[in-house]
Amino acid sequence: MAASDGKNAERIAARDRAAEFLLRRHRFRWPEALPWLIAIGCFFAFPERMTFGSQVLIMLLFALSLDLILGYAGIVTLGHAAFFGIGAYTVGLGAARLGWSEPISGLIAAALLAALGGFVTGWFLLRYRGLTLLMLTLATAIMLQETGNLRSDISGGYDGLPGLAFSPLFGVFDYDLYGHTNYLYVLAVLAIAFYFVRRIVYSPFGQALTGIRENVRRMHAIGSPVHRRLVTVYTIAAGIAGIAGALFTQTNAYVTLTVFDFDNSAKVMIMLILGGTGRLYGAFVGAVVYMVLEDKLSKLSPTFWQFGIGLMLVLAVLFARRGLLGLIEEAGRLVSRRTKT
Amino acid sequence: MSAALQVEGLNRSFGALRVTRDVDLVLERGARRALIGPNGAGKTTLVNLITGVLKPTSGRVLLDGEDITATSQAERARRGLARTFQINQLFRGLTVLENLCMTIGERDGNCNNLWRSAGAKRSVIDEALDHLESLRLVDDALKLVRELPYGRQRLVEIAIALAQRPRVLLLDEPAAGVPSSESHLILDVVARLDPDIAVLIIEHDMDVVMRFAREITVLVQGAVLTQGTPEAIMADEDVRAVYLGQEGHKGSAHG
Repeated sequence: MAASDGKNAERIAARDRAAEFLLRRHRFRWPEALPWLIAIGCFFAFPERMTFGSQVLIMLLFALSLDLILGYAGIVTLGHAAFFGIGAYTVGLGAARLGWSEPISGLIAAALLAALGGFVTGWFLLRYRGLTLLMLTLATAIMLQETGNLRSDISGGYDGLPGLAFSPLFGVFDYDLYGHTNYLYVLAVLAIAFYFVRRIVYSPFGQALTGIRENVRRMHAIGSPVHRRLVTVYTIAAGIAGIAGALFTQTNAYVTLTVFDFDNSAKVMIMLILGGTGRLYGAFVGAVVYMVLEDKLSKLSPTFWQFGIGLMLVLAVLFARRGLLGLIEEAGRLVSRRTKT
Repeated sequence: MSAALQVEGLNRSFGALRVTRDVDLVLERGARRALIGPNGAGKTTLVNLITGVLKPTSGRVLLDGEDITATSQAERARRGLARTFQINQLFRGLTVLENLCMTIGERDGNCNNLWRSAGAKRSVIDEALDHLESLRLVDDALKLVRELPYGRQRLVEIAIALAQRPRVLLLDEPAAGVPSSESHLILDVVARLDPDIAVLIIEHDMDVVMRFAREITVLVQGAVLTQGTPEAIMADEDVRAVYLGQEGHKGSAHG
């Protein structure tokens, strides 16, 4: 009797251990505070570089939106700039043609329009995978760019819409020459968006996305509405990319059709792969490393700076298959194993 | 009462090649039917037609008397038609527990939720652990699927299908690729399946078929050659001639 009781207790303990893993996984861990502390620290440490800082955070947000679809759902796209561009032009055209200069409502409009773009294109394109999808997403961004070019009387074409004016944040905080207001504004928007993305990633829906990435045949077999799941996440990611684009226009006070460039789609993908896909903070590491390196290298050698970026990417793909963050995680695991023994 | 699963006059062609010819098949509630036939007889194609991976050229598939021929694979799964794959189709980069939780989540519609955390529902985790316990997989719950030996992965394949709470279960060679020293683990599980579930098992090993099946359907070149009890099938001259081979290897039906 006692023996069977002991066995039963053991059995329950094993079950609890297993359940604990899932019950705890989504909880906040203290290292997660680190990037935010660094971001706030930078505000005080580099007050004269806040314009650059804002651009880094915007690209970070853009990369985060890509992580949701590429890293979690496994959707490979080369046209993510389409949604960044829709967001950028929503507030750009709003301010230039309609006199809509209120920034927060502009941000919301940008998110909604970009999400609508994601929903419509996703509905058609997400039936395809792999190379076909790659080409179709690429074509979508190019088509949007050419539409803008066709009506350059409205869009301003490749000369863009310069000198856009936005009213102070909440009618109170005006923009300074050093971009201090902008930096805090972008950081706050990033924090809110990150909270949403983090919830989604750890939700049952987020789990289903991982399932689609891992084995789509099995997802069909267990009754998952795969297409609906993909369109949903694509719409959300497009909305967030639209917010990043809107912030880009608002902080720079200008926008040109280059936001739709293939370069923009490729750049955000490189950042994400560099940092590590499917792990939330990969976007943080990748965007910061890429942007800072680009900044330093382009000052060092204005003509050949891309060589440095290329070299770094080659090294990352060869030696850090799971990105820089993956490398850090492995190093951390190695250290903790050492200290244990 | 209508049968759990009914297949009527099913045909499927790839160009000029007819891989399924006028197949009729009935699974009563709680049925234990084996589908046998030489390699290339179209067994897996038939499973794909029943589950909706492929659409038939003509014919009907009925689940509990309802025509599901036009529905998607996912819709059929939600209505209680589950399958395992001949070659593992698992979420290899996830833990065994997550594999099960995901299945339960999709079954109950939890996966429509974008906001609550996946670990928040203890009932889902508990049910997943119950399934794992019944297949003696609890100790592997937190291991990644790709880290498990192949035989254990085959068990996860079955665990996922059972977590769907199916009314009809199609097992496509559940012990395929498993060393014979471990295959009894899988066959024990198959033998202990809930008696209410209607089961169709595709199997090459005649020992397994004789032990498990109460009825056998023999498929040859896409068509049903004959159906009947194991004893009748073993005694059937046509089956012996066409399927078991002229040499008459006893107990081995491997084409």
